[in-house]
Amino acid sequence: MIPLSHFLILGALLFSISIAGIFLNRKNIIILLMCIELMLLAVNINFIAFSHYLGDMAGQVFVFFILTVAAAEAAIGLAILVVVFRNRRTINVQELDQMKG
Amino acid sequence: MTFEQFIFYIFATVTIVSAIAVVTVRNPVYAALFLILTFFTSAATWILLEAEFLGIVLVLVYVGAVMVLFLFVIMMLDINIDPLREGFIRYLPMGILVAIVVAAEIVIVLGSDTFNMAIPDPVPLSDSNTKALGEVLYTEYVYPFELAAVILVVAIIAAISLTMRKRQDATKHQNISEQIRVNSADRLRVLKMKAEEKQ
Repeated sequence: MIPLSHFLILGALLFSISIAGIFLNRKNIIILLMCIELMLLAVNINFIAFSHYLGDMAGQVFVFFILTVAAAEAAIGLAILVVVFRNRRTINVQELDQMKG
Repeated sequence: MTFEQFIFYIFATVTIVSAIAVVTVRNPVYAALFLILTFFTSAATWILLEAEFLGIVLVLVYVGAVMVLFLFVIMMLDINIDPLREGFIRYLPMGILVAIVVAAEIVIVLGSDTFNMAIPDPVPLSDSNTKALGEVLYTEYVYPFELAAVILVVAIIAAISLTMRKRQDATKHQNISEQIRVNSADRLRVLKMKAEEKQ
């Protein structure tokens, strides 16, 4: 049988891969959004593993809500991305400096 | 090695490899497709953990809706990839370093005995995971459930109002109050002019 820590290590590896992805693709908003989805997936794996091993349904309920919010976030994020591209003709993060941030 | 372990390690390996491909591959379309593969294999892992409903929801909602939205947007935008890739090599050592540090820290914590939990007895096949989830979702968590619905409505309205372009020229619509207020003097103009000779 598979111990709990193996599932948690899978989640940890996914999380660190997505952190590396944010470092590597810091100019491409689309890949950045995908990295955020990967991070949420890693967190969800942890939640479901704990839910299984503790015999508690609350973890799965939490994953359900995370999936809902992540879907909403992806929809709004992509809508903003489309508007940015329509106005600036680019999705390069380096060129989105109108607010001097 | 039992069959269950074999399945888990196969799917975990595919998940990790495709996640690495998501962040390193050059073309965003391939990245989205690798992300779909990651979601599929994770769904298999979730089903292995007896969360069948959420595993299927992950495939239906994520692969079926969110990733299709991603692919749709990627293909709709005309992106020049080359300027987006510059700096990839420059940030590669830093990114790998941070990732290894984060992963090592978490793995060290996971090595402690706290996470040596007993493996739970398998749920009998007659028990439905969907039913068990629904029983708590619609009773104990009904208020967050309603809030989730509100969040989705807000997301719909935000996404549509952000991306909708109004057509100034071609929209024809009635203004009812103006139509009611109109009287014959607005429509008919009586001109006074001298009679002209017939040509």
